[in-house]
Amino acid sequence: MTLFLEQLLNGMQFGVFLFLVSAGLTLVLGIMNVVNLAHGSLYMLGAYFAATFYAWTGSLWIAFFLMVPSSLLIGIIVEVVTLRRLYSRDHMDQVLVTFGLILFFNEGVKLIWGAEAQYMPIPESLSDPTQIFDIPYPTYRLVIIGVGLLVAAVLYILISRTKTGMLIRAGASNGPMIRALGVNIRLLYTIIFGMGAFLAGLAGLMAGPILSVESGMGEEMLILAFVVIVIGGIGSIRGALVASILVGVFDVVGRSYLPDLLLRVVPSDIAETAGPALASMLIYLLMILVLFFRPEGLFPAGGR
Amino acid sequence: MKMKLIMAASLLAATSLATVPQPSVAQDNEVRVGFMAGFPGGRGIYGRDQRDGFLLALDQLGGKLGGLPTKIIIGDTQHKPDVGRQVMSKFLKKDKVHFVAGITWSNVLAAVYKQALKNKTFLISTNAGWSGMDGKHCNPYFFRSSWNNDATPEAMGKLFQAELDNVYLLSANYQAGKDMLTGFLRHYKGKIAGRTLYKLGNSDWAAELTKIRAAKPGAIFAFAPGGMGLSLLKQFNASGLNKTMKLYTVFAVDWMMLKAYGKAAIGNIHTSFWDADSNSPANVRFKRDYANKYKRPASMFAVQGYDAALLINLGIRGASGNLKDHDSIRAAMRTASIDSPRGGFIYNNNHSPIQNYYKREVVADADGNPKIVTRGTVFRGHKDAYHKLCKMQW
Repeated sequence: MTLFLEQLLNGMQFGVFLFLVSAGLTLVLGIMNVVNLAHGSLYMLGAYFAATFYAWTGSLWIAFFLMVPSSLLIGIIVEVVTLRRLYSRDHMDQVLVTFGLILFFNEGVKLIWGAEAQYMPIPESLSDPTQIFDIPYPTYRLVIIGVGLLVAAVLYILISRTKTGMLIRAGASNGPMIRALGVNIRLLYTIIFGMGAFLAGLAGLMAGPILSVESGMGEEMLILAFVVIVIGGIGSIRGALVASILVGVFDVVGRSYLPDLLLRVVPSDIAETAGPALASMLIYLLMILVLFFRPEGLFPAGGR
Repeated sequence: MKMKLIMAASLLAATSLATVPQPSVAQDNEVRVGFMAGFPGGRGIYGRDQRDGFLLALDQLGGKLGGLPTKIIIGDTQHKPDVGRQVMSKFLKKDKVHFVAGITWSNVLAAVYKQALKNKTFLISTNAGWSGMDGKHCNPYFFRSSWNNDATPEAMGKLFQAELDNVYLLSANYQAGKDMLTGFLRHYKGKIAGRTLYKLGNSDWAAELTKIRAAKPGAIFAFAPGGMGLSLLKQFNASGLNKTMKLYTVFAVDWMMLKAYGKAAIGNIHTSFWDADSNSPANVRFKRDYANKYKRPASMFAVQGYDAALLINLGIRGASGNLKDHDSIRAAMRTASIDSPRGGFIYNNNHSPIQNYYKREVVADADGNPKIVTRGTVFRGHKDAYHKLCKMQW
């Protein structure tokens, strides 16, 4: 039983991490109606910046405070140079351009930092596990849960309780109208995109100490992030949070138990191979199921 | 009509002059080698090190293989079998290469080997250890400067059999991942606490580590190449499991990734055919020149690339520079009398090296940084498990 609880916790933790990755994506896609495949690259750049600043200063805090302006800056440059020209274009054009950005950034980091993965350890003070009841749980993963929930809370307040949030929501439902009311929607979009880039960078920073900071690390997360925002309802922060945790728990519990469950029905060599394959399909099955009953996702953007 | 034709022809000639880099006129006394590997992304470091090892050997030979003017054409497979086929076909048809070397991944090798061998072009795998090439697809035109997939985990299995009991097996859910376990279990007959095949590209190991903790093994054997190995070791340490057991790996930890691992690698034990500590003049020179040229330490993958260039050099010398004399080239390459950084090896009937395998451990140096030390020889003159399936005899 404790084993199951621990796996649930693992799933939640993975889910919260997915939320960090997908929150920015859902904002940009939902509000600006831009398919930004380069979100994964912004995540990767966040990790590279954080690894570099961490190596210089030896402090994850300082790395964080240096990473924030760097991520914002990159986000704004990307928005001004490329995406701004694409708002009125078709989604396919956006896909092409942002796919090009992926290739550009993947090769770019190799030119600047080299092809090796970057060194980024867990801070000394967080490297020992914490005892939760009788489970020794990695402290750093608890920190990820904390940061993820904090980001969710801040975003929620920002979007539903502030003037900027109101403009963002208004821009999402009717861009031309709020422009007619005299709001600078260009600037608003730049702010949203910068926020998306910052969130991606933050996810990269949090990922650095436990994952491999390397060229191409964004793409595997990107796919999961898209699954999350489709399940959650595009543009909805609440949806992204719920869907991330759902996907995280499904994925982890599936990975841990499906092979053993299959073992009871089919011979061991088949179960061993088919188990993980089925488990990795699970989240996509979940997505199909959700889309079948709620084509707009769990929390359609109107209900944001 | 005629005028039009001429105009079209000259236009064609002009554009081809302007846009296409001129392929040097194929000379009879020029040797052309196509080197193909996957270079993009984090996994690209394997290809890069093989290529750089190869080019280092070429440098040391004064830019000539077998004393002939040499042209190296680099091709990027992007880690994909289909792209590999395109690269191979360009090498054979357009560049008309005499040798093809490289190839990181087994699935790419399996996709491209037929093209080269049908064309009677020598193919030297500098990494991909697909067993098919050692068994029933063995061929007079195919050589290895690396190893059979099973061999490195076999060494690990033997190590476990001698030193440990009750192991948890963790490997990737694809062909090479299963080969690794097959190899491991060929020599390890002890208790197995559990086994998990994970999805290729996995990066979050919380679920697997929780299962391992519950299974209470004495040690873990894991196959996790590239970034997967890095994230696995980091998370293994963070989970506190490192206090009660050790993590043994193959193809995860090597010199080129040590900096990225940092302290997380300390305590890791792995097996390899390359005794990096060896004081043999060839090894010392190789490590020194590699570090000087590329400003980073050499890896076992660099050794594999390096030796491939030496083998080609040896083959051409054996044929006195006559590139059409395939039999003499082959006969010379079969002697494997090269100055390899790994020490000597000889070829088995299937052109797979009979070589030693070593136990290596990552320890902290005086400054607390990780370094790899050799802890002894696990296999002396190890033969791969498939050579009996190969019909070739010589």
